[in-house]
Amino acid sequence: MSKYLYYPGCSMEGSGKAYHNSLMPVCEKIGLELQEIDDWNCCGATEYLGINKIPAYALIGRNLALAEAQSNGAQDIVAPCSACYLNLTKIDSYMAKKNGVDELINDALSAGGLSYEPGQLGIHHLLDLIVYEIGLDTVKEKVVRPLTGLRVAPYIGCMAPRYDYAKRWSDSEHPLELDWLLGALGAEVVDYPLKTHCCGGHMPQIGPDTAYELIHRLVDYAEEVKTDIMVAVCPMCQMNIDAYQNETNQHLGTKHKMPIVFFTQLMGLAFGMRERDLGFGSELVSAKEAIQKIGSEVPKKKRKKKDKFALPMPHPLGNGILKNGTNGKELILPTEGRARGGRA
Amino acid sequence: MSHLAPQTEKNFKLMEQVAQKTGSDSKLETCIQCGTCGGSCPSAMDMEHTPRKLFALLRAGEREEVLSSNTPWVCVSCYFCAVRCPQEIKIPDVMYTLKSMAVAEGAYRDSTASDFSRTFVSMVENYGRSYELGLATRHYLRHFPLRLPSMAPMGIGLLSKKRLNLKPKKIQGIKQLNAILDRAKELEAA
Ligand code: SF4
Ligand code: SF4
Repeated sequence: MSKYLYYPGCSMEGSGKAYHNSLMPVCEKIGLELQEIDDWNCCGATEYLGINKIPAYALIGRNLALAEAQSNGAQDIVAPCSACYLNLTKIDSYMAKKNGVDELINDALSAGGLSYEPGQLGIHHLLDLIVYEIGLDTVKEKVVRPLTGLRVAPYIGCMAPRYDYAKRWSDSEHPLELDWLLGALGAEVVDYPLKTHCCGGHMPQIGPDTAYELIHRLVDYAEEVKTDIMVAVCPMCQMNIDAYQNETNQHLGTKHKMPIVFFTQLMGLAFGMRERDLGFGSELVSAKEAIQKIGSEVPKKKRKKKDKFALPMPHPLGNGILKNGTNGKELILPTEGRARGGRA
Repeated sequence: MSHLAPQTEKNFKLMEQVAQKTGSDSKLETCIQCGTCGGSCPSAMDMEHTPRKLFALLRAGEREEVLSSNTPWVCVSCYFCAVRCPQEIKIPDVMYTLKSMAVAEGAYRDSTASDFSRTFVSMVENYGRSYELGLATRHYLRHFPLRLPSMAPMGIGLLSKKRLNLKPKKIQGIKQLNAILDRAKELEAA
């Protein structure tokens, strides 16, 4: 067992529960022991930084300081949320420059009896930890139910591979770590050039039209390349694409029904674990049809009424993926930025 | 100098001030106006100014226009611009600086985004954790009451799937956290 300090982040206790519930048994299976950082606080997401810089840095600094105090200098930190991971690595790397920021943060931390020496702890995203520290061979060894025939879109999102303060990823725009991992599980990984495009971040809350457009682009392309299921490594990505897909449909007149789950949920399936122990069924766009392809069932809810608020299931005929004709009318080119804007 | 009369001393110092607030290695002054940032930006379409244009205005000292721009608020911190900028300018960090200046000076035009940030911050300062349900209800009721009907299914869906906690969690060290944040605010103001 390798031990790591675990920084869950706030979403893991709420909207991202399926991530937390699935990563726990999966990590145990591959020999990762997670020790939660005692009394950790919110990382501030992208909100605190826009109000007050030094307090935002100190907020993140408290978590680093707590982790260091708990570690005896021996263990690394792992964060499953990409936004938390970005914030932790960012502040660690800014402090390591020793250009005054470290002193300011430590001055603030001292008001709470804490301090942090940058560079002492490695900071990982759960995905990079599994791929690089545990290794794909170990993952493959545990696979008892390969995801053969399941077409998955590796949607890694923006905040894990960018800005890559900790220098962990194969590329900041087209990283392959998630492709490799899903491949190791036996899945058919589609070529998904939008893999690091933005899920909308906080835009559903502050500028919904932008969010609908971003969500639509991601899902539409996934459908275009006949994806059965999208795979996320960040609770914010999963939340935006899953929970706001219905609203996006209402506003844009689209009929998307693209399920998105966490990579750890698919790992668990491939490891032969039970769906209900992996958080399946908590997604708003049902993953049922997708995982049936590999002989899995989403656990049934006791209450029958549930579908009143869920999205309609894909049509029994047609795989629910192909659209009429494939003239690529609405194909979104894998270019960066706004296809229609071209603004500079 | 009379043609510059409307410009105040403050305006001339805008670039310097933003760079300094952002951090010593923001490299903001080195922008070559190549436009790579705007061309890479997923939110550019909804921005009043692309990052490039905003930085041109910054350099020109157009204080009011810069601080009231919606651009920093529409930025989703995706770092596309940052990894591509030939000058390695920390564009998202500059956006954070501009937001905090706009908040400090009350310069933004639409309060939706800044209110969201402030509501978020107040949750964190009260509990040490963010609290999705409280944040969402407070924010949506205030800014998007008309959206609520179309969002109701989602809210109910999340609740019935136990993805929203009904009560916030408070960390034990909330006093310690606030002592740290108070000290940090003093340092920021210094
Ligand atoms: S990419 Fe960098 S150098 Fe080019 S316009 Fe944008 S900020 Fe300036
Ligand atoms: S970080 Fe902000 S400005 Fe830069 S590309 Fe992303 S949304 Fe645009």
